[in-house]
Amino acid sequence: MIELDAKIPDGPIDSKWRTWLDSHGLVGPRNRPSRSVIVIGTGLAGASCAASLGAQGFKVKSFCFQDTPRRAHSIAAQGGINAAKDYANEGDSIQRLFYDTIKGGDFRSREANVWRLAELSANIIDQAVAQGVPFNREYGGSLATRSFGGVLVQRTFYARGQTGQQLLLGAYSALERQVKVGNVEVFSRHEMLDVVMVDGQARGVIIRNLETGAIERFAADAVVLASGGYTNVYYLSTNAMGSNVTATWRAHKRGALFANPCYTQIHPTCIPQSGDYQSKLTLMSESLRNDGRVWVPRKPNEDRPPSEIPDAERFYFLEERYPSFGNLAPRDIASRAAKHVCDDGLGVGGTGRGVYLDFRDAIAEQGRDAIAGKYGNLFDMYERITGDHPYETPMMIYPAPHYAMGGLWVDYELQTTLEGLFAIGEANFSDHGANRLGASALMQALADGYFIAPHTVTNYLAGDLEPASTEDSAFDRIQDDVEEHLQRLIDVDGTTVAQEFHREMGLVMLDKCGMSRDADGLREAIAELRRIRADFWSDVRVDPGVAELNQSLEYANRVSDFLELGELMCFDALRREESCGGHFREEHQTDDGEALRDDDDFAKVTAWDYRGEEDEPVPYDEGLAFENVQLATRSYK
Amino acid sequence: MNFTLEIWRQFDREAGGEFETHKVTGIDPESSFLEMLDLLNAKLGRERKRQVAFESDCREGICGTCSLVIDGYPQGPKQVTACQIYMRDFVDGATIKVEPFRNNSFPVVRDLVVDRSALDRVIQAGGYISTTTGPQPDPNSMPISPAVQKEAFDAAICIGCGACVAACPNGSAMLFTGAKVKHLNLLPQGQPERETRAVNMVEQMDAEGFGGCTNYGECARVCPQEISLDVIGMLNREYRRGQLAEKPADRAPMTTQ
Repeated sequence: MIELDAKIPDGPIDSKWRTWLDSHGLVGPRNRPSRSVIVIGTGLAGASCAASLGAQGFKVKSFCFQDTPRRAHSIAAQGGINAAKDYANEGDSIQRLFYDTIKGGDFRSREANVWRLAELSANIIDQAVAQGVPFNREYGGSLATRSFGGVLVQRTFYARGQTGQQLLLGAYSALERQVKVGNVEVFSRHEMLDVVMVDGQARGVIIRNLETGAIERFAADAVVLASGGYTNVYYLSTNAMGSNVTATWRAHKRGALFANPCYTQIHPTCIPQSGDYQSKLTLMSESLRNDGRVWVPRKPNEDRPPSEIPDAERFYFLEERYPSFGNLAPRDIASRAAKHVCDDGLGVGGTGRGVYLDFRDAIAEQGRDAIAGKYGNLFDMYERITGDHPYETPMMIYPAPHYAMGGLWVDYELQTTLEGLFAIGEANFSDHGANRLGASALMQALADGYFIAPHTVTNYLAGDLEPASTEDSAFDRIQDDVEEHLQRLIDVDGTTVAQEFHREMGLVMLDKCGMSRDADGLREAIAELRRIRADFWSDVRVDPGVAELNQSLEYANRVSDFLELGELMCFDALRREESCGGHFREEHQTDDGEALRDDDDFAKVTAWDYRGEEDEPVPYDEGLAFENVQLATRSYK
Repeated sequence: MNFTLEIWRQFDREAGGEFETHKVTGIDPESSFLEMLDLLNAKLGRERKRQVAFESDCREGICGTCSLVIDGYPQGPKQVTACQIYMRDFVDGATIKVEPFRNNSFPVVRDLVVDRSALDRVIQAGGYISTTTGPQPDPNSMPISPAVQKEAFDAAICIGCGACVAACPNGSAMLFTGAKVKHLNLLPQGQPERETRAVNMVEQMDAEGFGGCTNYGECARVCPQEISLDVIGMLNREYRRGQLAEKPADRAPMTTQ
């Protein structure tokens, strides 16, 4: 039996983090160089954490599978980052950001964590500006803000449509500075394949050097996973080609519990799929919903071009169903609404899986230049991909898998159930509950990396730790396992590349464990995933050669983990007999088709224990106590 | 659509390389160039032949991983990243030549994959503002006019792909370096290190073996982010300014905590 102790400090919610900070263990500056930390991943969470620990004086080894840390997929975040600064003088506050995030997550996140996130949000903006991140400015030179989905204030800071890029380059520059200083060593094209536990503590990792193929061992006093989310389990998603679950999944197989895997976010505004050859879906920033109006024709099989359809024959379904939030309804709700109108045969585009996002009225009201100033690069991007001009004809959009709220279970200190193993950013399950609000991912990744993990990891390093060594026999054992797995992939010697299995499993996941789920479908999905997994292990084609650059091996290795994760997601979705946020069970809905929560039985986090390939995983629950908010039906009407 | 591909194949850094010819058939005009390469690799897999190594990640033009030269153009003929090239941009039946970026400072690792870590080292030499994590002043205490923000931003959007280097007859990295210097040196936060930044970064550029700029302008013509040649002018000015201001003591803070 595993006890999930979230280690939340006592006291009122607004002083918990202060209380924790005031009492945590410290390591003196002279002792820090003898303490070492491994950080996996160089996105917003990983780069900011590695840079911050390095600046404190710890010795940090930072790893990424990309050719340079600056390429991590945080770079692609477009719209913005939330902070409770109330620059727009709307009465915004930590309390309001806290409440919006809890409500946005459909009351399935931990109060204390979310409060801390809201509390730290303003510091992140200050930190980024100090690094030279060029956020948009008002005429007087002060920072500009805008609105995002699910909130009624303008608390989103942005750098055109490239906020993630600019924030990541800020964190990357801080990281490279620490490389120069000598406190951080960066290992690019190095992929973590396993975590090494020695006497119950995480003491290192097994890494594959992706250029030489060499399997290498690294030891440290603590290991931080900042390896991102797992929505590539759906194959087509807005994630990067390389985004994968391997680091967290392998840690899970070594005993780290995996929490709420069924909570995934399907983002409403993406460019619809056009064909089977397609390898990824491109997001169009949520910020477009500030000015774009979402609609479909009221008549099924409408064949007139959108410009010829009069207003009376347009179904502005978000505005009609959710009058107070309208086009800025939260992502899960907007996505499901788009799916429903398409299911009803009102969808547009070649596949019938698309809805219009129309700027006609905004251009008429504000002028083309004003719209170009706000969204110019997004419009250009849309035109480049589709060949259509959003200034002249509405965009076509459809929901696409985008973000994973689930991840490794962590306590208040962001430590997993394995001692000395921390998980930050999208890799943990943390703060977003069952649905993440727009512009909150960057906030959480940077809060974890700049302001939380550097302290909680320090606290861990202040404890009594034996020096770590790669000579320990545990490293031999784990390295053998890793090498055997890679060799097994090559030895299949089949004729089908991993991408085809990935595509096949993605279709199953999207259909049966995507925007809506039901018990029968989930059971079918588990059976289908097992069949695909068996096919994969009998026919996958991997180029021979472990000790060399081998992209087919990298890919197949990642897909082997996705196949297992997919099954766990289905188990989790099956067990959660309620609808909440991104998890919509057809069996549990209100009369007008909204999500129906079951707070009596499911106001809790489910964290799964891995029991081997043949056995079913075992769930453990962490109850969620709501002391500072009233549980309420989440309404955006 | 059908195409003939002439693709550069090279086993590793040490090996020599050569072009190999492959046919791809039945390609959807709406598929991207990289999706066409995915299909080629699926075919090679079925035939149990070694797949073509090429890098990509975000496939939406922002991560900068693409490193292809298509028909002689770094990142292809459209001044966008290679992942944003679509097969509808080519004539049916065309022969397309695909190579890795070519530059002595970007060694070929395999096939179409190159090592661009030299650019990271240029950043390490000064492409940052030396601040550490901790309490910072409120940003509105330091107003920045939208005009300055815009100019800095237009340089800060560099994706670090290195197409500028691959396009330059001199193999110069001055567009890349100039973009970072302009971004930081225009902003008030960048002022304390303004004099040393350009000098240190230029010295690292030289140490990596990148060439100097002689105003061909090829870099700006291929840059997917449309970074203007102006950044090189600014780099030159900032470098001179840094040299004039240089005192031995100025150099020390860049390398200590």
